Amino acid sequence: MTARFTPGDPVTVESRYPTGHCRTPYYIRGMTGVIERICGQFPNPEDLAYGRDGLPRRALYRVRFRQTEIWPDYAGARDDSVDIEIFEHWLRPPANEDK
Amino acid sequence: MTDSDKRAHHDMGGLPAGPVDRSEHETVFWEKRIDAIMTLLTGKERRLLCVDELRRGIESLGPEAYDKLSYYERWIASIAGTLVEKSVLTQEEIDARIEELRASRDSQT
Repeated sequence: MTARFTPGDPVTVESRYPTGHCRTPYYIRGMTGVIERICGQFPNPEDLAYGRDGLPRRALYRVRFRQTEIWPDYAGARDDSVDIEIFEHWLRPPANEDK
Repeated sequence: MTDSDKRAHHDMGGLPAGPVDRSEHETVFWEKRIDAIMTLLTGKERRLLCVDELRRGIESLGPEAYDKLSYYERWIASIAGTLVEKSVLTQEEIDARIEELRASRDSQT
């Protein structure tokens, strides 16, 4: 199984609001970051959460975001970042209107 | 759809929350017991539950219970609910056991 993105790729988190279980934090949806690493392939927790097997496995990435881009009033250093582990089906290449 | 319609109650990253309580606290016996129950249920020998089901159960408690219950109280509420859902236990069995324990406690005092 292959991963769609490689380290260094910019990615935008999907702006989806499912009512069921998911592991993508609300505050990061719609934000753009950079793939820091590929963590591996894992069963989908959105499926495991309901007693199913979570297969096929999905690629999980560690994505790095700039704090100043996430929080408009961020008071820390400009280079501060936050890394979040996000599954591939929550990521897409940034479109022109994404920032 | 407003922000609060889209955001699940537990998904509170970035919301104002006041100062973080950094004081250490003891883990009491019943809390360790709940942790052990989870380890036994998720272990290779049984696989009756997985951590994602535990999370989903906690997220489904509803805002009022989510805020009122402590960390391990949320765990055991989710564990019990999910085991009933999966027909491992029935609600009647759980309720009967609670009654039994309550009666034995009351007879000791």
